[in-house]
Amino acid sequence: MAVRQRVNALIFLGPASLLLFFFFIAPVVVDLFVAFTDMGRTLKVTEFTTENFERMLTRDRRLSQTLAITFVYVLSTLAVFNVTFGLILALVTTQVPDRIGGFFRAVWLLPRMSPSVIYALLWAWVIDPNERGLLNQILMNTVGVGPIDLMNDRPMLLIVLANGFIGASMGMIIFTSAIRAIPQHLFYAAAADGAGRLAIVWHITLPAIRWPLSFITVYQTLSLLVSFEYIWLITDGGPFYDTTVYALYVYKRAFENGQYAYGAALALVLVAIGIALALLMWRFFDMKRLLQQPRIEVH
Amino acid sequence: MARIELRGIRKQWGAVVAVEDMNLVIEDGEFVAILGPSGCGKSTTLFMLAGIYMPTAGDLLFDGARVNEVEAKDRNVGIVFQSYALYPHMNVKRNIMFPLKFKGVPREEAERLALEAARMVRVEELLERMPAQLSGGQQQRVALARALVKKPQLLLLDEPLSNLDAALRLSMRSEIKRLQRETGITTVLVTHDQIEATTMADRIVVMRTGRIEQIGTAEDLYRRPDSLFVASFIGAPPINLVEGEAADGRLRVGELTLELRGDVAGAVVLGLRPESIALDGAGIPARVVDVEPMGRETLLLLDTPMGPLRVLQGGASVPYREGDQLGLTFAPQDSILFDRETERRLADVHAAPPKA
Repeated sequence: MAVRQRVNALIFLGPASLLLFFFFIAPVVVDLFVAFTDMGRTLKVTEFTTENFERMLTRDRRLSQTLAITFVYVLSTLAVFNVTFGLILALVTTQVPDRIGGFFRAVWLLPRMSPSVIYALLWAWVIDPNERGLLNQILMNTVGVGPIDLMNDRPMLLIVLANGFIGASMGMIIFTSAIRAIPQHLFYAAAADGAGRLAIVWHITLPAIRWPLSFITVYQTLSLLVSFEYIWLITDGGPFYDTTVYALYVYKRAFENGQYAYGAALALVLVAIGIALALLMWRFFDMKRLLQQPRIEVH
Repeated sequence: MARIELRGIRKQWGAVVAVEDMNLVIEDGEFVAILGPSGCGKSTTLFMLAGIYMPTAGDLLFDGARVNEVEAKDRNVGIVFQSYALYPHMNVKRNIMFPLKFKGVPREEAERLALEAARMVRVEELLERMPAQLSGGQQQRVALARALVKKPQLLLLDEPLSNLDAALRLSMRSEIKRLQRETGITTVLVTHDQIEATTMADRIVVMRTGRIEQIGTAEDLYRRPDSLFVASFIGAPPINLVEGEAADGRLRVGELTLELRGDVAGAVVLGLRPESIALDGAGIPARVVDVEPMGRETLLLLDTPMGPLRVLQGGASVPYREGDQLGLTFAPQDSILFDRETERRLADVHAAPPKA
């Protein structure tokens, strides 16, 4: 029996453990190793050194700017789109008749379903700085201003918008199903108790979706911190370094400049920042309680 | 407190009509039960009274004022749901205080009123508990306190006892009745359980497929059911219904001819309550098919010339066994006759056993 149990454990845990090892643990170990070497484009290691970290702390003039850009980018995308706008979309689309709500959610999901390159190309076309750009056509024909050059004048706004339009849909989907799971009678009871629509959202809906809200906040923070594909495709971190977020900076140093060792050291710091943030928010949102017991009460 | 009036109320969703031509007056301070099988429109009616649904047609009046379009939050109605619908993230005290938040009651006053309401339903010991830490009966009491704390003009109870176990149901029944008497709040109870309706309410409204079938006291419904539906819905074990043909002052039922009191001819249905049939040696011959002891009483299934009949006998045991031959009789005033076509009761018409 004991042997059988051990064999079962191996069969069930084996595949996932292998995946975890090769795609999560091994890269971190390799990264840790490379970060303390002088590996360059030739992939040769001539010495083990802390030189990369010294450079980061003392000589990298781009680093502080990159960190600041990352902070602004993550915070505004998260606060405006991924959580707030996702929540508003979920609240609104669950209030209107199902067919209309479903249509709107599908529209907001579209960018997530389209290939990143297509999505980036669409943005490039929308913000095209001459009169042919969609945004400029709209602005010139309705408000009468423009043409404007979003890419050069407001590059941060551009990357926040581009990522937020996609990012909001994740929260929207999770919040929608969470709102749907609230027993209808709670809303009826609150209405009979004298609560108006906004009061119901505040006193009933939001407390009921507290856990999904916390989860989306934590998850999207980490996700925004490490993802850079849309920024890379739309602005390539530019103009100059104005939209180079930390993850993109790591990529550029390592793969565009061929400074593998330095890139690895930078990535290591990103991992550390990610873990620290996750732990901090874990404590802040009291996520432990979420994992301890089911939060949905069935009557 | 309020006098509630429904005038020609209809509610429909698309082509589906849930409630049709509903006319009902509920007097101030009255306790009315709406009784009917599931899907009869009773909950829809309750939700219209609460302001959660709006009537498609007709007028809904509270104290003479039309409230059709008044939203739930502005109606001052207390409601207790089958699921209790306590707010899971608030403790008992905050649950009870919730309705006062929207009435601009100052905090200290609200706390005092909440405590008062909690005392009334005897949950003052549980104020700091969360709903998940309460038993079903306790949740039920808290839901009542929450409904009563704002002194509503109308209290609505939606199947409030159906999630409770049998013993608790019994005590909550008298508890709710007591509260209603003490507060004098006009109350509407919706239920599919006839015992709940008959034990608690002053008057009962029986509904069927969106329409009112009969309004009356428990005795009215039992002794003088307006229709076959009410007759068969009220009473456990159910009434015996046998089809017959009436002609020339006689009623032909199966192989038996009964005497008729009253003027009627044509196809009818004869109703006899299981307890209004008496057994003795003489009378209509019957054979015992089955004996079902039910504790306080025993149910006999008899084969008779009128067809199979259920007969209720007092006592846990009876001196009859399967296969016994006996005779049965009934008092003419206990017989209820219905027109088979319209399914309505024929007033002042009764049947009598044939003279020996």
